Amino acid sequence: MTVRSDVSLVRPRSKLQLMLGREANFGDLAFRRITALFAGSVIVLLLWMAWEMGLASRLSLAHFGLGFITSTDWDPVRDQYGGLPFVYGTVVSSLVALVIAVPISLGIAIYLSELAHPKLRGPMGFLVELLAAVPSVVYGLWGIFALAPWLRESVEPLLAKTLGFLPLFQGPQHGFGMLAGGIILAIMITPTVSSVSREVLRAVPAALREGAIGLGATRWEVVRVAVLPYAKSGLVGAIILGLGRALGETMAITMVIGNRSEIAASLFAPSYTMASVIANEFTEATGQLYLAALAEVGLLLFGVTVALNVFARLLVWRVGKMPEGGQL
Amino acid sequence: MNLGSATYVRRHLTDRVVRSLCVLGTIVALVPLFSVLWYVLVRGIGGINLDFFTELPKPVGESGGGMGNAVLGTLKLVGLAGLFGIPPGVLAGIYLAEFGHSKFARAVRFAADVMSGVPSITVGLFVYSLVVVTTKHFSALAGGFALAILMLPMVTRTTEELLKLVPESLREAALGLGVPKWRATLRIMLRTALPGIAVGIMLSVARVAGETAPLLFTAFNNRFWSTGVNEPTASLSVNIYTNAVSPYEDWHRQAWAAALVLLMTVLVLNVSARFLVRTRVRAR
Repeated sequence: MTVRSDVSLVRPRSKLQLMLGREANFGDLAFRRITALFAGSVIVLLLWMAWEMGLASRLSLAHFGLGFITSTDWDPVRDQYGGLPFVYGTVVSSLVALVIAVPISLGIAIYLSELAHPKLRGPMGFLVELLAAVPSVVYGLWGIFALAPWLRESVEPLLAKTLGFLPLFQGPQHGFGMLAGGIILAIMITPTVSSVSREVLRAVPAALREGAIGLGATRWEVVRVAVLPYAKSGLVGAIILGLGRALGETMAITMVIGNRSEIAASLFAPSYTMASVIANEFTEATGQLYLAALAEVGLLLFGVTVALNVFARLLVWRVGKMPEGGQL
Repeated sequence: MNLGSATYVRRHLTDRVVRSLCVLGTIVALVPLFSVLWYVLVRGIGGINLDFFTELPKPVGESGGGMGNAVLGTLKLVGLAGLFGIPPGVLAGIYLAEFGHSKFARAVRFAADVMSGVPSITVGLFVYSLVVVTTKHFSALAGGFALAILMLPMVTRTTEELLKLVPESLREAALGLGVPKWRATLRIMLRTALPGIAVGIMLSVARVAGETAPLLFTAFNNRFWSTGVNEPTASLSVNIYTNAVSPYEDWHRQAWAAALVLLMTVLVLNVSARFLVRTRVRAR
């Protein structure tokens, strides 16, 4: 039997209250509805963005169809648009970023959550998070005048000399190119990956660590046999969140990647990303089809990052919800 | 246990090596931070003077001048973003903290998390086709709106998290005195959480103050002072970009100076946010 206590015990409700629903008080009801409206606006906004961008790119969607993603021909003069070079540039620069950033970020997360002296954890964690506070455009400025010259004069010659047999490290050394883009993305996603990983590691039950310590494990063995297996899916989530950030990053990479819509094997060669082509060409685009094609690049970027974020959030949430000692 | 055995030595050696690698990784990650700070400080400090904050940019070829219009523009854009972004964000956050168990609330929370991962340039595209195409011109209003969209999920989630930290006993005391639930939430819960929420909002302001990509085709840029909110508006971040990719030495100097102003603002906001949170925790 269920008892509606608010109905049976308190003074009888007015007709208005009964009409409006189960809340006992008009103010409470209004309060709930108003806040719900704004909460709902978050969902509406997300859907609206997808809708609006679909609308803006419909001309290009209808004109090029699926061929848009497989064509390498981007020629505003002839009104021909193919997005493959940008997809390629975005994917490869993000992969370069992951290769550099993932080991470093996991190292940071393990150091800060498992190894560091408790007094050091706060300040060190704060410094790593400051990396995320530096505006993208400031990284870009630094990239143009500090990183790219350094790559051109020291790093790229060295790579060409030692690993030059690989096609990745051949060709002219400009400093500006895929490598510079990947490195700057790596710097920018490191705080994301490491702080989410830290959260995931913190969610691992202490009992697991204690068990491993009790068996005589060294500190690294505790991490390897007790912490990492439990946190695995959450760490994958953290990496995917980092990937999502790398794919959508705009200013810094636009300033160092060279902005040429070519597909080249070498990491030294200039490239172009989806976000940079929008940033560079959108305000100067003339013609409906040109604008629509750029909007379609944006739609593609939006779709991919939203999908990645949904997937990653689900993974990260799962670790927090796992039963203690479960999933091993 | 045989402390001298080969296995024991190997295990502890591995432990040492891996631990040092973790420390090394942390140090390597911090190198770019200090390098950026160093470069911006050394190259930017020369361009900082009163003119920088009060003068308009000089045409190419003339040295001197400043970025007063961009400083003002950034303030204007951030102000508009706060105006559009903070109230809805706080209200949405209240909903999540107070009525957060429904399916709808979970969906909102999820959408907010996903939205914070949406590339800022696509937010710019969205506002362009929504506001700029409709009004037929770039404006501070459009730029502020784009930044507000970026702030919304941050403010929502911070408000929710901080409201949840307020002890439930405070609410119970208020309800026990016959205060309606909504007043208990606003007058007791929200007021208690307010300092923390303010710090969270400060951080989101710091974050959007440096945003460039969503402003490129919403607020656009302006070589002159802009009046009101209906004109294209200069901002520090967009000016850093346009100056940095220009071929002029003078413009580069201005870009570094602008970067110094922007970076210092962002760092001061971040450091003071942290300091405020720390002292509050200690006082408790």
